[in-house]
Amino acid sequence: MSGLDSLYQQVILDHSKQLSGFGELERADAERFERNPTCGDEITLQVALEPGTDRIASFGWQGRGCSISMASASVLSELAPGLTMPELQSRVDAFREMLRSRGVGEPDEEILGDAVAFQGVAKYVMRIKCAMLAWVAAEGCMVQLR
Amino acid sequence: MVLVTGRRASGRRRGRNERQSVSQLAVGVTTAPLTDSEVEEIRRDFPALQGTVNGEALAYLDSGATAQRPLSVLDAERDFLEHRNAAVHRGAHTLAGLATEAYEDARATVASFVGAQPDEIVWTSNATDSLNLVAYGMVNASRGRGGATARRFALTEGDEIVVTEAEHHANLIPWQELAALTGATLRYIPVDDDGIYQATDAAAVITDKTRVVAIAHVSNVTGFVAPVAEIVALAHQAGAVVVLDACQSAPHRRLDLPALGVDFAAFSGHKMLGPTGIGVLYGRTELLEALPPFRTGGSMISTVTMEGADYLPAPQRFEAGTQPVSQAVAIAEAVRYLEHVGLDRIEAHEEALAERMLAGLATIPGIRVVGPGAGIPRAGLVSFDVAGVHAHDVGQYLDSKGIAVRVGHHCAQPLHRRLGLTATTRASAYLYTTTAEVDRFLEAVGEVRGYFGEV
Ligand SMILES: Cc1ncc(COP(=O)(O)O)c(C=O)c1O
Repeated sequence: MSGLDSLYQQVILDHSKQLSGFGELERADAERFERNPTCGDEITLQVALEPGTDRIASFGWQGRGCSISMASASVLSELAPGLTMPELQSRVDAFREMLRSRGVGEPDEEILGDAVAFQGVAKYVMRIKCAMLAWVAAEGCMVQLR
Repeated sequence: MVLVTGRRASGRRRGRNERQSVSQLAVGVTTAPLTDSEVEEIRRDFPALQGTVNGEALAYLDSGATAQRPLSVLDAERDFLEHRNAAVHRGAHTLAGLATEAYEDARATVASFVGAQPDEIVWTSNATDSLNLVAYGMVNASRGRGGATARRFALTEGDEIVVTEAEHHANLIPWQELAALTGATLRYIPVDDDGIYQATDAAAVITDKTRVVAIAHVSNVTGFVAPVAEIVALAHQAGAVVVLDACQSAPHRRLDLPALGVDFAAFSGHKMLGPTGIGVLYGRTELLEALPPFRTGGSMISTVTMEGADYLPAPQRFEAGTQPVSQAVAIAEAVRYLEHVGLDRIEAHEEALAERMLAGLATIPGIRVVGPGAGIPRAGLVSFDVAGVHAHDVGQYLDSKGIAVRVGHHCAQPLHRRLGLTATTRASAYLYTTTAEVDRFLEAVGEVRGYFGEV
């Protein structure tokens, strides 16, 4: 794979064209706005829990940005529903660790699923924040729900 | 081209690749664009342009953000540090004298570069700092500092500050702060769908209430060249001072600031082949004498007691603390380099490259160029949107081909909002940019939408 293709893996390009979870939730338990000040990418992410539990029922988000930040939000909204908040936090941690790995080591596909496609981003320091945008917003929602 | 003008050549290191002084350029004789071979000759002076990126020869089209530096500038700074380094305007030893002399010589060189007198030039750390110096000097004047002579800079409720909708944040936020701190109102000259405006638009906003008009000479996003003469006339008629953000003009075209009639002007060393960490504020003598200082401390005072201090005249009054001396020496060397090539020729070269970019982009489907249309003057930079592909992705694709461009809002969020865009891609040219680089850029832009599945 050429350098660029390892960044823009097909999964990422597909997600950026077909965004999962895009839109506003009817009922949300938490909402968080995040902005990347260097490039202006922004996202508003909402989380709804299954009533009486800390299990995520659904994710909804809206925003504008590059294919990496949009695809990352899309992948996250497919990954998160059904997870408890600690489970989601462990995904966020694993995702962050993968992005900071500079491409060394193998990410855990079992827990990250499609999100392993973002492994190539680790070699592009300028794009790590793009990939993290939705995940940081999700963390912000979890802080509110704690 | 190796510069020989005005250089103190002693101790210069060139190492194994010692090259002859070529200097074949038709210095000051013509205003024709640089020829391909002249550009090739110039490029040999720039080590940073020789590299590869992602296995491709670097095509550096981001000089609008920061320019690369020629060997003569790098050497001048090193030569100073090796032979004359000392704090300036302090101490009596020999090196202190040599350093002070070099520092003041540099001021004179930069002054003549913009048609000014040496005491009209204040060293700052960059253009942002220069603009803050003026804005916060006015804040201090508004609080009564600087005595009666500073009253001309005092703002209060009912006064107005005028900027344009296209300003770089560096020429916007300091004025927002000035307004917030004095009760004055910030107004702006609106731009049209291309991001540009006419003198008549300025006439509708500049009134008797206007005290300050702060505008970019050349927009860092659109390349639009402001109608400075008309704006100066309007502002002066209203009794307002004009602050010119010359960041994107001083490096690229011949400037005569007194002839332009502006009251203050700001630019940065790093955009004009010079170092980071040094900027310039030009101010008409009479105004610099009246403006209270923004930063205070050592080197800007004459007599100090425990109760107060007398300040030195301008420009020293604005240069508190230990100064960027080697950077001053280097920016002066950058000026010599630019003048040796000839600002008129640099401008013509960049204009030709911008035309080539515009013509090429016009043939690529899905490209929206922002800024002046055909027939309206524009500087050597082009920003554009690619339908369906975010600017970051455009920039990443170009980077994979070795082409460095700027992506994002270019520190001009209000302008992008007005244009209905969050981000654009900007290619900016300089004296060392080749037509071949522009062609590589155009070819790569032509491939972007295909790569991201938009066609
Ligand atoms: C038009 C304009 N104004 C101001 C600035 C700020 O310059 P600096 O960051 O060197 O202070 C820039 C450069 O980024 C610019 O292009």
